[in-house]
Amino acid sequence: MNASGAMMGMLLAAAVATAGAQDAAFAPYSETVPGSSVRFEMVPIPRGTLEAGDQKIPVRAFWVGKYEVTWDEYDAYRSDTTIPVAVGVRSPAGGGPPRDADAVTRPTPPYADEYFGFGRGRQPVISITHHAAMEYGRWLSEKTGKIYRLPTEAEWEYACRAGQAGPGALGEQAWTAENADDEPHPVGKKTPNAWGLFDTLGNVAEWTLDRDRAADGYTTRYPHPVRGGSYTEDAKAVTCASRRLSEEAWSRRDPQRPQSIWWHTDAIFVGFRLVRPVEEDVKMKGLRSRVTRESP
Amino acid sequence: MSDESKDAGTSRRDFLKVSGATLAAGALRVPAVHAAGSDEIRIGLVGCGGRGTGAVTDALKAAPGVRVVALGDAFADRIEQIQKRLLEFGDKAAVRKDRTFVGLDAFEKVIASEANYVILATPPGFRPQHLQAAVAAGKNVFTEKPVGVDGPGIRAVLAAHEEAKRKGLAVGAGTQRRHQRGYLEAVQRIRDGGIGEVTAARAYWNQGGLWKKDREAAWSDLEWQMRNWLYFTWLSGDHIVEQHVHNLDAVNWMMGAHPVKATGMGGRQSRTDPAYGHIYDHFAIDYEYENGVHMLSMCRQIDGCEKRVAEDLVGTKGRAETSGERWAISGPQAWRRREDEGEVSPYVQEHTDLIASIRAGKPSSELKDVAESTLTAIMGRMSAYTGRLVTWEEALGSAESLVPEKLAWGPMPVPPVARPGTPA
Repeated sequence: MNASGAMMGMLLAAAVATAGAQDAAFAPYSETVPGSSVRFEMVPIPRGTLEAGDQKIPVRAFWVGKYEVTWDEYDAYRSDTTIPVAVGVRSPAGGGPPRDADAVTRPTPPYADEYFGFGRGRQPVISITHHAAMEYGRWLSEKTGKIYRLPTEAEWEYACRAGQAGPGALGEQAWTAENADDEPHPVGKKTPNAWGLFDTLGNVAEWTLDRDRAADGYTTRYPHPVRGGSYTEDAKAVTCASRRLSEEAWSRRDPQRPQSIWWHTDAIFVGFRLVRPVEEDVKMKGLRSRVTRESP
Repeated sequence: MSDESKDAGTSRRDFLKVSGATLAAGALRVPAVHAAGSDEIRIGLVGCGGRGTGAVTDALKAAPGVRVVALGDAFADRIEQIQKRLLEFGDKAAVRKDRTFVGLDAFEKVIASEANYVILATPPGFRPQHLQAAVAAGKNVFTEKPVGVDGPGIRAVLAAHEEAKRKGLAVGAGTQRRHQRGYLEAVQRIRDGGIGEVTAARAYWNQGGLWKKDREAAWSDLEWQMRNWLYFTWLSGDHIVEQHVHNLDAVNWMMGAHPVKATGMGGRQSRTDPAYGHIYDHFAIDYEYENGVHMLSMCRQIDGCEKRVAEDLVGTKGRAETSGERWAISGPQAWRRREDEGEVSPYVQEHTDLIASIRAGKPSSELKDVAESTLTAIMGRMSAYTGRLVTWEEALGSAESLVPEKLAWGPMPVPPVARPGTPA
C-alpha cells in the first residue's frame, strides 16, 4: 500500500468514528431466504467517504452480505414456482393477456452443469449474468419487503476497504491463483476484513452497479463491472480497487442466439453479494435490469 | 503454484503461438490460382432456430469472405426472427427475399441456391436426408450433431460421407470439443501415453430438465412435435443421442475407436407429463470396445439431482478427467489446464478450421467419426429401450426407421414410452 492509500485509510477511520453511533437498530442481522430454510447474514456498514483518486465519494450507511451469495440461496429463488420463468418473446399460450412487464422473473433452465463441477451448497454462485444477479435482488426485495440490490461500485469498494489502509496478509484473507488450487471455495473459510466481511477480496469477483451508469440504464448485456479480483487471478491483481468489465467472451460457449440472459458459460470466476441501503438514494429508486432476450 | 502447472503454462503459450500462426495462415490464404473472390464462402442455412442462428453467427465471425445467401425453415416465424438477429452483420447477412424458404421442403431450395457452404441445423431426425441432398448437390457442409437418430439414417450418412470424399467436399460436424484447445491437448497427451494403456472409461451428462414450448391451439400434432423436438425420438433420438453424444464422441476420440456392444437401462421416472413426449429422462449404459475396455455412460435430465458433464479415462499409468472447462491428468505425467479467458470460442473455431481446409484445397471431414459417435448413442438407446444387449452390427443394420417416410402437417400419434423386456 502506497502513501496515499495509507492517508485514505486514516481519513476513512475518522469518518467511521462519527458515523458509528448513529442508530442502535443499525446492527447485524440474519434473515431466511423466503421459501427455504437457508439463512443469510447482513453486516452494517456506517456512512463515510470513499476516496478514489482525486474524488471523495460520500457513501450512505447500508448493510452488506457478510458472505458472497451461495447456491443454497440462489437455488431457493430459482425453484420459486410462484413466479414465471422468463421464456422470452413468445406470447403466452392460448393468447392470454401479456405478462406484466415489471413482474419479477426467474431463470430459464440452465444448460449442462451450472455448478461447473464445483458443487453447490455453500459454494458461491458463479457464472450468472449481471441481469440474473439484479433480478435475484428484486425477488428478495419483493419477498422480504426490504430493498436488496447489488452494491454500487462506491459502496462495494468502501465496504471492501473497511476503513483500513491495506488488506493485511492477503493469503489469510483471500483465495487467489496462489492458494485456491484453481477452484472457487465455500464462502467464509478465510479471515474476514475489519468490518467482518468474508471473501470481498478474491474467491469470486463480485457484480456491482456501474458508477458511470444511470439507474434506468440497465438495458444492455455488457459491459458491467465486477470488483475485487478472483481465485483465477494473481495476488497482485486482487485488491479493493480491482475492476473488470464483463464482455461477450463470458458467454463464448453459449451456442444459441440469442444467448441466455441468465447464464454465462465462461464466467466461472464471477459471483456477487447484495446490499440493503438504510435509506435509499432517490436516484436508485425503481432500479432494475431491463435486459431481455432481444437486448444487445 | 507447482512446477507442473508452470510447465503447462509454458507449453500452453507455445501451443497458442503455433496454432495461432497456422490458423491465421489458413484463414487468410487466397490460393493464387483462383481469381479474386472465387473462394467466397456462401452460406445456406437449413434450420433457423436458436442453434442455426448461432451457427451462422459463428461462421460469419470465423473468417473473412463469408456471407449468407439463403435461409430455410419449416416455419415462417423462424425466418423473420433470424433476419432480425442477423441485422448486425449488415450486407454480409442480407438475404434476398427470393432466397428465404419456408416449409418441409425448404432444405431442397436452400441446397439448390448459390450457397456453397450448407449449414444443417434442424432437429437431428432430418439430418440424414438433408446431408444426402447437400452432398448429392456437391455442397460443402457444416452439420450440427447428432447426424441421425436410427440405424437406417446412419447408413445413409456413411454413404454420404463416402460420396463427399469422392467429390472432394468438406464436411464439419458440430462436435466443438474436437476444436477446443484443452481437449486437443488432453487427447494428444493420452495418445502419447500420458496415462499408459487405457483400461476403463466413463462418460457423463447429468443435468436438470430443459425447455419446452406450451402447445398453441393452432398447432397440428406435427408442428407441436417439431417445436418440442427434444421430446420425440424420431426427431431427437432421445437425450442420450441428442446431448450425451458429445461425451460419447469425446471418449471415442480418445480411444480412437467406437464400442462394439452395449447393455443399457433407463426410464422415465420424473418427467412424465405428456407435454414431454415419450423420451426417457435417464440412461445408464455399459459399453464395450473391441479391445475389451468398458465405458460406463450415464446421462440424466432430472431437476434437483447431482450434475456432471465430463469424461474420465483410467489407464495403467494414470487417469484423465476432461470437461468443457478443465482438463487434468493425474499420475507420473501429471498435467492440467483450464479454459483460458483469451480462448477463441470452439464454436467459431470449428468453422475457421473447416473454411481453412476448403480454401487450402484440402477439404476436411468429420462425418464418419461423428456418425459413429451418433450410432454409439443410438446403440445405447436401443439397448435401454429393449433391455437387450445390442451389438454394433445390429444397431447399424437395424431396419427400424423412426422417421416417417412422408411428412405432412396434421395428426401424428405419439409412440408409447419404450418398456424394456416387452416384446416389440
